[in-house]
Amino acid sequence: MTHPLDYLPSAQEVGTYDGPTLSGNFSDLHPPLTQRQAIIESQRCLYCFDAPCVEACPSDIDVPSFIRQINEGNVNGAAQTILEANILGGSCARVCPTEILCEQSCVRNHDAECQPVLIGLLQRHATDHMQFDGHPFKRAASTGRHIAVVGAGPAGLSCAHRLALLGHRVTIFEAEQKPGGLNEYGIARYKMTDDFARREVEFLLEVGGIDIEYGQRLGENVTLDALNQRFDSVFLGLGLGASRALMLGDEDATGSLAAVDYIKLLRQTNDLGQLPVARRCIVIGAGNTAIDMATQMARLGATEVTLVYRRGLEAMSATHHEQEIAKANGVRMLTWAQPDQVLLDDQGRVSGMRFARTRAEEGGLALTGEHVDIPADAIFKAIGQGFESQSLADATAAELARDGERIRIDDHFQTSMAGVYAGGDCVVPGQDLTVQAVQHGKLAAHAIHQALIARQEAA
Amino acid sequence: MNTLPFPDKANSGDSVVNGVDLSVNFAGIKAPNPFWLASAPPTDKAYNVVRAFEAGWGGVVWKTLGEEPPAVNVSSRYSAHYGKNREVIGFNNIELITDRSLEVNLAEITQVKKDWPDRALIVSIMVPCVEESWAYILPRVEATGADGIELNLGCPHGMPERGMGAAVGQNPELIEQVTAWCKKYYSKPVIVKLTPNITDIRVGAQAALRGGADAVSLINTINSITSIDLDNMVAKPTVGHQSTHGGYCGSAVKPIAMNMVAEIARDPATPTLPISGIGGISSWRDAAEFIALGAGSVQVCTAAMLNGFRIVEEMKDGLSRWMAEKGYASIEAFSRKAIPQTTDWKHLDINFKTIAHIDQDLCIECGRCYIACEDTSHQSIAKLSEEDGGRRYEVIDEECVGCNLCQITCPVENCITMVPQETGKDFLAWDNDPRNPFKAAG
Repeated sequence: MTHPLDYLPSAQEVGTYDGPTLSGNFSDLHPPLTQRQAIIESQRCLYCFDAPCVEACPSDIDVPSFIRQINEGNVNGAAQTILEANILGGSCARVCPTEILCEQSCVRNHDAECQPVLIGLLQRHATDHMQFDGHPFKRAASTGRHIAVVGAGPAGLSCAHRLALLGHRVTIFEAEQKPGGLNEYGIARYKMTDDFARREVEFLLEVGGIDIEYGQRLGENVTLDALNQRFDSVFLGLGLGASRALMLGDEDATGSLAAVDYIKLLRQTNDLGQLPVARRCIVIGAGNTAIDMATQMARLGATEVTLVYRRGLEAMSATHHEQEIAKANGVRMLTWAQPDQVLLDDQGRVSGMRFARTRAEEGGLALTGEHVDIPADAIFKAIGQGFESQSLADATAAELARDGERIRIDDHFQTSMAGVYAGGDCVVPGQDLTVQAVQHGKLAAHAIHQALIARQEAA
Repeated sequence: MNTLPFPDKANSGDSVVNGVDLSVNFAGIKAPNPFWLASAPPTDKAYNVVRAFEAGWGGVVWKTLGEEPPAVNVSSRYSAHYGKNREVIGFNNIELITDRSLEVNLAEITQVKKDWPDRALIVSIMVPCVEESWAYILPRVEATGADGIELNLGCPHGMPERGMGAAVGQNPELIEQVTAWCKKYYSKPVIVKLTPNITDIRVGAQAALRGGADAVSLINTINSITSIDLDNMVAKPTVGHQSTHGGYCGSAVKPIAMNMVAEIARDPATPTLPISGIGGISSWRDAAEFIALGAGSVQVCTAAMLNGFRIVEEMKDGLSRWMAEKGYASIEAFSRKAIPQTTDWKHLDINFKTIAHIDQDLCIECGRCYIACEDTSHQSIAKLSEEDGGRRYEVIDEECVGCNLCQITCPVENCITMVPQETGKDFLAWDNDPRNPFKAAG
C-alpha cells in the first residue's frame, strides 16, 4: 500500500519499541475487569432510585439494574439490559467519555468517597462475557415495509437493528468496504482492540432482516432521490468524512495530512511495525481525535509529539481524562498558538510549522505578534470534520434544510423532506458521541415505525 | 518468627491490658480474660490449644469427649452463607464430637493444664443418657486437673440420632437429670451448653439450674442448610452426592444468641445463673454487647476458624481501650448493664415519638430512603427537584412514624438521624394505655 507518508521511516526502523512492546502499546488502554473485580466493583453500586447515571446516559441504559445483575452472577441478563437500550453497548463501554457522563453523575463521587462506580468497565464486562444461543432479541412479525439506511456507522446500525426488531426489512448503504463507521475506522486502536468492531456488527446483524451494500457512497453511486422512490422511508446516518482544512498555503505538502486518515491506516494495519512514523510530529486540534492521534504517534515510537491548540487547555473539547492520557504518553501540549505557515524543506516536504501566539481578548482571540517555529517531519490536522462535499449534492439531497452544515431535523428525527430521517453526527444537535448516535438511530427507528403505521391506518 | 520482641510487649496471659483488668471469675473458673474458644475444631487437640494460649486466649473449652469407640467423621464438613463480597456471614458444619480416642484426649488435657495453669481449661462432654456412662467418664476428666466441664446437650447433627446432644437438650427433664449426675460425680463447676433449637430457651436454663448447674453457655449451633448447588440439586457441604442439615454459627446468629442470653439474664427464675455467651462473636464490640446482656465470659469459634487465633489480640486491646474510656475497671463493672433497659414490648412508652432527619449536606442523593419509604413504609419522604437539576429528599414530619427504615437503608453514616420529639405527654406503657382492650383493670 502506498501512502503519502511512505518517505518516513517505519515504526520498526525508528526502533523506539520492539515488536512485543509495540503491540502492548496498542492493547487495551483500560484492561477489562476480571470476574472477581467485576463482582467487587458491582457491589459498590448503591442501586440508586431514579439514578443520576441513567439520566446522564444519552442512550438511557438502566445502569443500576445491569450492575445488580452482574452482582447476582447474571451476566446474560446484564448484557440484555444494556443491549435493549443500546445495541452497541459493547463499543460504547469502550469509547464513551464516561468521565463526563454516567460516572460523573455517580453518587459515589461525593465528598466521602470521591470515586465513582466504574460503570464503563462493568458494562464492558457484561457485553464481553455474554453468551447467547442465537440473537437475544426476536423480531416482530414482518410489516412488509422496506427502509433504506445510509451509513453503517453507529447511528445507521442502531436504527437498522431497531427497525428490524419492529418487523421492517432494512438495506444499509455503506460507502466503505466494512461496516462500523468510526468504530471500525476512527477510534484509537488501544480503545477498541482486535476485531471487536467487526464482531459487534456481526452480532447486531444476527437479528436478521438487514442487508448491507458496501461501496455505496451517497452522491456518488447512490442518490437520495432514488432511495426515496425505492424505499418506504430513508434514514441518513452519514458520518463526517471530510477533514477541515487549515486554509494555509502548502497545507497539502507531502507530510501534512488529516489525522483521521492516519488513524484509519493505523486501525486497519496488521503490522504496526510497518507504519510510517514521524519522529517529530505536530498534531493540531483540541478534540479526542487530536488526543488519539498524538498519543498513538507517541506509542508508535515518535520522540517529539507536540499537540498545538490556539486556546487554553480548559477550552479543549477533549476531556481532562483524555488530556491526561496524552500527557502520560509524553505528548507536549502547546496552547495559545495557531497555525501560521507550513515550513518546507528543499524537497518540498514538511519540515515544521510556524505558529502565531494568541491570547484571549474580549471573548475572542487576538494575536500577540510573537511566533514560534516547531520542527517536525509530519503535521496531522485534527480540527474537525465535515460532510464530504458530494454527499448531499444530488438534486433531492440539496433541498434538505440545513443548520449550518448539518442536516436540520425535528423532534422526531424527520428532515425537511417527508419520509427522510436523519441522526448521529450529521444532524443538529449532534454531540459527536457514539452513544448519542446510537440513541438517535434507535429513536429515529421508532419515529419511522410510528409514521409508517399512521400512514397505513390512514390508508 | 524472627521479629524482635517489643520491649513493652505484654505476655499473652496478662490480665491487665491498657491499664484495665480483663480477668474473670466465671462460676468459680478463673481466666486472665473473658475470651474463650468454644468447643469445636479449633480446640480438638493439644497442638491447637497451645497455639491458642500462646496467642492470648483466656480459656478453652476442649472439643467434646465421648465414649469409646470415637466418632467417625465424613469428608466435606463445612459450608458458608456468603455476603455479596464473599464475606462469610454464616457458617455451617456437620462435624461430630472428637474422633480421637478418650485416652489421648485426657492425656493431652492433663499436660496442657499443667503447662498453662493460669488459663481456663474446660472439658466438653457428651455421653449417653445413662448414669453409668457419666459415672465412668467424669472421675477420669476430673483427674486431668481441668477447671470444669461443659455438657454438650446441643449438637444438632449426628449425635441426636444416637440419643445424645440436642436430643437431650430439647428435653428439660433429661437436662436436669444429666446435670444432676454431673454434680454427683464431678466436684468442679458444671456448665450446661444449651441448644437454640427449641421454642423457649428459658426452659432449658431453668432445668439446668434445677439439676444444680453452676452456669449455662449458649447458644449451640442452629439447624441449617446454607445453600443448594443448583446444578446438582444438592445442599452444601456435599458428601458424595448427598448432604444433610448442619449446625449454623458465625455472625449471622449473633442477634439470635444475644436475645437468648438476655432472656435468661432477665428471667426471674435464673437471676444470678452465670452465662457464657456464644454465637457469632468476632470482635471486642460483639463481646462487650454479650457481656452487657449478662454474659460473664464469651466463647468464640467461627471468627477464629476464619482468621486464626491472632484475632484475640485486637479483641483484648479494643475491649480494654473501650473500658478505659468508659471508666469500667473490670468486666464485672459493665456486666448486665443493658439488662434493665431490655424489657417486654408491653412495657415500652407508647407516647415516645422519634422522626427521621436528613442532613442535606451529607446526602448523596441516591434516593434509597425515598423508594424504601414510598414503596414499603409510610410515604414520609418527599422527592424534590432543585433548580440546578439536583435532587432533594425531605422527611414529611407529620407522616413519619419513626420506623428507622430510611436510616437503615441510607449508605451514608450519620446522614439520616432519628430525632426524639417533645410530645408533652407522660410515659405511658401499653399495659396502661386506655386503647389497650386487655388493659389490666384499675
